[in-house]
Amino acid sequence: MPPIIKVEHLGKQYRLGRAQAPYSTLRETLVGALRSPLRRLRGGEPATFVWAVEDVSFAVNPGEIVGIIGRNGAGKSTLLKMLSRITEPTRGRIELYGRVGSLLEVGTGFHPELTGRENIYLNGAILGMARTEIARKFDEIVAFAEVEKFIDTPVKHYSSGMYLRLAFAVAAHLEPEILLVDEVLAVGDARFQRKCLDKMQSVGQQGRTVLFVSHNMPAITRLCPRTILLDAGKVLSDGPSHQVVSVYLSAGLGTTAAREWPDAERAPGGEVVRLRAVRVRTEAGEVTDALDIRRPVGIEMEFDVLAGGHVLVPNYHFFNEEGVYVFVSGDRDPAWLNRPRPPGRYVSTAWIPGNLLTEGSMIVGAAVTTPEPARIHFFERDAVAFQVIDSLAGDSVRGDYAGPIPGVVRPLLQWETRYTPAAREALAAVAERQNS
Amino acid sequence: MLNQSDLTPSAAENANAPSPLPARPLVVVEPSRSLAALNLRDFWAYRELLFFLAWRDVKVRYKQTALGAAWAVLQPLFMMLIFTLFFGRLAGVDTKGVPYPLFALAGLVPWTFFANAVTASGNSLVGSANLITKVYFPRALVPIAAVVAGLVDLLIAFLTLVGMMLYYKVALTAHVLLLPVLGLLTTLFAIGVGMWMSALNVKYRDVRFALPFLIQIWLFVSSVIVPSTTLPARWRWLLALNPMSAIIEAYRAALLGLAFDWAALAVAAVITLAALIYSAYSFRRVEKTFADII
Repeated sequence: MPPIIKVEHLGKQYRLGRAQAPYSTLRETLVGALRSPLRRLRGGEPATFVWAVEDVSFAVNPGEIVGIIGRNGAGKSTLLKMLSRITEPTRGRIELYGRVGSLLEVGTGFHPELTGRENIYLNGAILGMARTEIARKFDEIVAFAEVEKFIDTPVKHYSSGMYLRLAFAVAAHLEPEILLVDEVLAVGDARFQRKCLDKMQSVGQQGRTVLFVSHNMPAITRLCPRTILLDAGKVLSDGPSHQVVSVYLSAGLGTTAAREWPDAERAPGGEVVRLRAVRVRTEAGEVTDALDIRRPVGIEMEFDVLAGGHVLVPNYHFFNEEGVYVFVSGDRDPAWLNRPRPPGRYVSTAWIPGNLLTEGSMIVGAAVTTPEPARIHFFERDAVAFQVIDSLAGDSVRGDYAGPIPGVVRPLLQWETRYTPAAREALAAVAERQNS
Repeated sequence: MLNQSDLTPSAAENANAPSPLPARPLVVVEPSRSLAALNLRDFWAYRELLFFLAWRDVKVRYKQTALGAAWAVLQPLFMMLIFTLFFGRLAGVDTKGVPYPLFALAGLVPWTFFANAVTASGNSLVGSANLITKVYFPRALVPIAAVVAGLVDLLIAFLTLVGMMLYYKVALTAHVLLLPVLGLLTTLFAIGVGMWMSALNVKYRDVRFALPFLIQIWLFVSSVIVPSTTLPARWRWLLALNPMSAIIEAYRAALLGLAFDWAALAVAAVITLAALIYSAYSFRRVEKTFADII
């Protein structure tokens, strides 16, 4: 059986530092051109490159559904982008023996000013559907999205749910031989995710080939018989999903609850301070990325002070999965407040009380700063991350309510009730007392 | 415990298995050689998307503006009024007997198309970053679609020109038959310039600011305001290096039944072709990194 996808020694190299300056101005290039010969003479800073994907090879047979997992930065998205031809590989080769449809996002190219009808045609064409094909499936798409009444309304007036349903409906009716899906399921409410998963499953049953990148391990094991695990741009494991997923989980690759910098030279910081580790701990001291909403969480930072005499304030920055800056916390430990720290190893832990954070992901940035004169010694933005889980135990803010609860925090507050009976109620109470 | 093979129907057993695979891969992805030409087969496969992108540009522009299509008419019309006042009346430009308003408008209608098309095209790629990083299609479609979308405005603006010609009672001659050819030439040249600018813009955001400035200067050397004959014959060859000058004069000749300068037009066509090839080549060279740096 010849494979439908053949990937051979695929590699993609990125230049570091591109993230800060994605594009240059003409002036910078000119100035750079004048300076670079000098820089080369001085033998100064060599350009640093990083392989996002390095020497990846695999083959996929027609009709296979393959999951691709790995932690953030393992190269999953880069691989998918090369497969869908969005970006070119630096070396290696991909052979595709079928039409490719890629769903790296739902609603790509949707324009808010255009109506639902117009967007279906536009989005369909962008995803590679022929006009006749879209026309044929039009009614089906509209019915799937449940937006019949608003089909001639500009989508800017749609609710986010309607928008998402329409966008997914178009994508779901794409019929390529090879479908590439990236985290599409990460959006939308539980019911919508359910619908997406069901649709993916039916796509697989139609004998089409699917490559599915996800962090959702239950979805991976359920949908994909085979999974490829990427780590640092390489294939670490490739085989039956349950085996690969357990490799992923047991190798500690799955956890984002601890980051360590064993090499002091390359750790964040400078000549004053170097960050050595950040960890998320429970009260019991266990490192974990899944925390009970009712229990306190300790964020621990291990750092070396290399030069004494500086007032140092460790601080944490908390972001939720939408990127909302939830809060900042700086060290208020009276023992070190405004007191210069001598060299040595420090471990600072901040305790977040239980029943304060809301459910979902928290991304923690770790920094050490000097207040006067202001100086940031390091600020590691995505140092660690953890999940806050609200079980239905009944004693959290949620109580017995099972639906979604909005808000960026979910503190358990003290409530007080004062009650004054209405006149009629008071009379009834008196009457009742007399009767008894 | 389920056996893995129970979960995986082998492709042979699968009743709905897709048609047999082609012997040769449909698509091969590998590091491209920069000298490789634009993939024309790819363009053909995505021809409908070109139409949809242009259609989107037109739709959105007309929906977002209060005056909509009227802008296509107002722009050249107001420019004509201003030029007539300053160059026709005050400076008294010699137009060899052609009424100055007509002279100006015949040049301004194609010029406005060219200027708007190049500006829209030059900014189009950067404006489509969300598309480029999420889905594959031949990237050159974006700047080309921006030019094609401008053709709708050109057609509408031509109606004003027809009105002006009726007013001045200009009889049509067989020369108008050249108009579609001129339209094609202008479109191709706008694509040549626009595509190149759009690629530069991804790398150097200076283009966004330099482009309007460049186009303004370009207007003055494109025989829109004064006929090329006002220039001493000694220097006229310089004007021939700018295809827009010959094209604009040819529009005028086609509409007003004047004599064509075939030599200048031939030079313009050759330069247009060269610009198109160079632009496609330089676009191709930076195309592969768009998704990484945009």
